[in-house]
Amino acid sequence: MIKLERRRQPSQAWSYATPALAVVATMFFGGLLFAALGKNPVEAIRTIFWEPLFGEFAFYYRPQLLVKGAPLVLIAIGLSLGFRAGIWNIGAEGQYIMGALASAGVALALYPLEAWWIFPAMIIAGALGGFIWGMIPAILKARFGTNEILVSLMLVYVAEQFLASMSLGLMKNPEGMGFPGSRNLQQYPSAFNSEVITNSGIHYGVVAALIAVIFAYVLLSRHMLGFQIRLTGEAPRAARFAGVEPARLILFCLGVSGALAGLAGMFEVSGPSGQVSIDFNAGYGFTAIIVAFLGRLHPVGILLAGALMALTYIGGEIAQGNLGLPSAAIQVFQGMLLFFLLALDLLTNFRIRFAVRGTA
Amino acid sequence: MTETLLKIERLTKAYPGVVANDNVSFDIGVGEVHALLGENGAGKSTLVKMIYGLVKPDSGTMTLRGTPFAPAEPRAARADGIAMVFQHFSLFEALTVAENVALGMEDPPQMRDLARRITEVSEAYGLPLDPSRIVGDLSAGERQRVEIIRCLLQDPKLLIMDEPTSVLTPQEVEILFQTLRKLSSEGTAILYISHKLEEIRALCDNATILRLGKNVGTCVPRDTTAKEMAELMVGGTLQIPTRKPGEVGEIAMEISGLSVPSPSEFGTSLKDVSIQVRAGEILGVGGVAGNGQDELLGVLSGEILSAPDAVQLHGQPVGRLGPVARRRLGLLAAPEERLGHAAAPNMSLTENALLTGAVREGLERNGFLSWPKAKTFAERIIETFDVRTPGPENAARSLSGGNLQKFVIGREVLQRPEVLVVNQPTWGVDASAAAAIRQALLDLAQKGTAVICISQDLDELMEISDNFAALTEGRLSPPRAAAGLTVEQIGLMLGGAHGMEVAHIDTAEART
Repeated sequence: MIKLERRRQPSQAWSYATPALAVVATMFFGGLLFAALGKNPVEAIRTIFWEPLFGEFAFYYRPQLLVKGAPLVLIAIGLSLGFRAGIWNIGAEGQYIMGALASAGVALALYPLEAWWIFPAMIIAGALGGFIWGMIPAILKARFGTNEILVSLMLVYVAEQFLASMSLGLMKNPEGMGFPGSRNLQQYPSAFNSEVITNSGIHYGVVAALIAVIFAYVLLSRHMLGFQIRLTGEAPRAARFAGVEPARLILFCLGVSGALAGLAGMFEVSGPSGQVSIDFNAGYGFTAIIVAFLGRLHPVGILLAGALMALTYIGGEIAQGNLGLPSAAIQVFQGMLLFFLLALDLLTNFRIRFAVRGTA
Repeated sequence: MTETLLKIERLTKAYPGVVANDNVSFDIGVGEVHALLGENGAGKSTLVKMIYGLVKPDSGTMTLRGTPFAPAEPRAARADGIAMVFQHFSLFEALTVAENVALGMEDPPQMRDLARRITEVSEAYGLPLDPSRIVGDLSAGERQRVEIIRCLLQDPKLLIMDEPTSVLTPQEVEILFQTLRKLSSEGTAILYISHKLEEIRALCDNATILRLGKNVGTCVPRDTTAKEMAELMVGGTLQIPTRKPGEVGEIAMEISGLSVPSPSEFGTSLKDVSIQVRAGEILGVGGVAGNGQDELLGVLSGEILSAPDAVQLHGQPVGRLGPVARRRLGLLAAPEERLGHAAAPNMSLTENALLTGAVREGLERNGFLSWPKAKTFAERIIETFDVRTPGPENAARSLSGGNLQKFVIGREVLQRPEVLVVNQPTWGVDASAAAAIRQALLDLAQKGTAVICISQDLDELMEISDNFAALTEGRLSPPRAAAGLTVEQIGLMLGGAHGMEVAHIDTAEART
C-alpha cells in the first residue's frame, strides 16, 4: 500500500530534483507516445533534445533557441511574480499583442523618419500597451473583486480581434498590394530590433529577458515587495497581518506582468516577426505559464525552463520536418512536461511510504 | 469500576528523531474517568491516536475487554465502541447539525429518524441541540455538543476527550462534567486530556502522567494538589509567574464607541465597544472564542480599519492606519492562529521574524531587506524565549505549537511595544511555556507597556490581569478590577451558560 506522509519541512533536495525528474518522465512517456505513432522513440527524443544543440545544423538552430526562449522567459518572469502571490494572470497573450500593437503603432506613425529615439520610444510604448491591458483586470479585481483569471483570459480574445482589425485596417501596409499586415519593420532601420551580435540570435529582447531575470531575483530575495509577494502566496492572512495591502499587490503584479508581456510583444514585432499580421501571436503568452511553473516560479528556474521549452519547440519542429511527427503530438509532449512537473511536485511536501500489508 | 475495559501494555511509537511513546502502560476500568496528563509533546496525542486507530504502534499491545485490540483505522476503533471528541472540531459550517452528524456515520439513517435520535440523546444528557440549525450559527460550546452527540449516538464504551473545556464558560464546564459523570455512572469509560488541573481534580478518578513519551507516574487527582501534578508533568519545580507592583500611567490606548462588521461570513461584528488601557496595565478580555475576539484583535492590529477616532493611541487617532503604521507607533499584536496568521507555515523563522519586525527592528532600508539582521533578530527571539528549534532557517511549521507560540509572542515582546495586544497567548501551550509567556507579559507591563490579553483561559486572566472585561457576542462589558472577582461573577459577565441545562437525571433513569 502506498501512503503519503506530509514532511515537516518542504524538501530542498526534491524541489531541485523534481524538474529534472519531470523531464526524464516526459522523455519516457513521450517516447511511448511516439512509438505508438509508429516512430522510433529514441530517434524522436534525440531529434527533439539533441539536434537543435549539437546536430549538423546547430549553427542555425542555436540562435533560434534564443529567439524563441527570450519572449517566453520575459513573459514568464512577470507571470511568476503574480503566481507567487496567488494572482493569476492568464492573459499574457493579450498583453503581448497589445504591447506589439502599441510599439508598432509608434513606429508606423513615424515612418519613414529616422532617429535614434524611435526604438526607445517603441520600448516604452510596448511596455505601456501591455501594462494598460494588464491594469484592466487588476483594477476590476482591486475595486470590485472580479476574478482576474476570467477577465484577463477574455481580454486575450478582445486583443486578438483588435489585432485582426489593425492588420486589416489602420496598420495595413499602404504599399502591400492589398495583402493584410503592416509594413515590415525589419526594413525600417530606426525601428528594427536588430541583433546585438550578428548571427548570434541575441537581439534586444534577449538582453531584456536577462535583465528581467536579475530584476526578479533581486526583488524576490532582497526587497520588501518581493517578500510581501511570497508571503501573500504562502499565507494571505499572515500577509494582511504583516501589513500587505492586497490591492497594491494586485496592481503591481498584474502591471509588471502586463508590461513584461508587452515588451516581449514589442521585441517580437520589431524583430523576428517584423510586422503586425493577423496570426502574429504564436501562443507565447500561454506557453509562458508552463515555463513559469516548470521553473518553479523561481527566476533562475524560469531561465532554464524557457531554454528547455524553446528546445522542445525547435526540436519539435525538426521532428515534424524530419520524422513526420504530427504537431499535435509535439503539443501533447509539451503538455506532459507540465503534467509531470505538477505531479512530481508532491514529493517536495510529502514523502511516499510503501507500507507492507500486515505489519504493525 | 474494578473490571478492566482497556489494558495498554508497553506501547511504543517512534517518529524520525523522536520517541513519542516509550513503553507506556496503563489500564482503564469500565466507567472510569481517567485523566491523561502531560506537557505538549509529552506524547498524549500520539497515545490516543493509537487507541483511536489513527496511528499504528511500533510495538506493545492493547487489550479491550480481554481480547487483543489493534484497530487498523478509526472505523475499526469506532466499531469496537471507542469514540473521540477532538480538540479542533471537524464540522462543516454551512451544513445543519443533523447533516454534520450523518457525515460521521457509517450508514446514516433517514434524516428524520436521525433528527429524532439527536433530540433524544441531547435531552437525555442535558445537551440541548436543534438538529436543523446551521453549524455556522452555533457557539463554540454548541459545536462541541454536536461532536459529543455524534459520539454518543455510537453508544461508546470509551469516550476520548481532548481538551474539551477550552472553549466553554465555567457554567458550561460544570454542565459538561455532569454529563460526563452521568455517562461514567452508566458504565462508559472516559479518557480525559486536559491541562487544567483543577478540572481534573474535580472530575477524574485516576490520572496517568506522561513526560517525554514515558509514563512517569499515576495519581488519584482528588488526593493530589494541582501543584504536585504540575510538577510531575514538568519533572521539576514550576515557576509561577510573579508580578512586582508596577506603576499605572497615562491612558495608552483607547477605544470608543467602536462598531465594525466582521469581514468573515460566520464572524461576529463588534458592537459599540469602548475601553481604556493605561500604560503598565494588563487588561484581560475574557470570553469564549468566536464572540468577536478575532475581530477585536484585527481592529487593534490594523487588519480591520475603523473610524479614525474610534481607536486612539496616546490620544492620536489610528483607526484608519494599517498594521505597518501602527507598529511604527508602538502598537503591536499577536493573533491567536499561529500558523497562517501570526506566522507563515512554510517560511523560515528568519522570514517570520521579518514579518512583523521589519519596521521597529530596522530590518529594511529603502525597501531592501537585511537578511543578516533579520537572522540575528530571529536568533535573539529563539534564545530569549527558549524556542526549541535547531536554528532560524527552519520552517515555522516544523515547530511544535508551544514553541511557535513562544516565538510569536517573543517576536512582539522584544520589539519594546507601547501597547501589546495578544489573543490566546498560551492556547495549547504546555505549563512551563505558558508560565514563561505570562511572565514575559507581566515583565512587559512592569516596564510600562499597556497589555491587552484576550483569552478563554480564565485562570490565566485572573493570574495576570489588573482589570477584567468580558467579550460576548461582540459586546465588551465595562472592565472590573480582577482582584476579588469570583468564578460565578465572571461566568455571569460572560453571559452564563448559553442556554445549557443540567442533565435530566429522571429521563436517564427512565432510560436505564
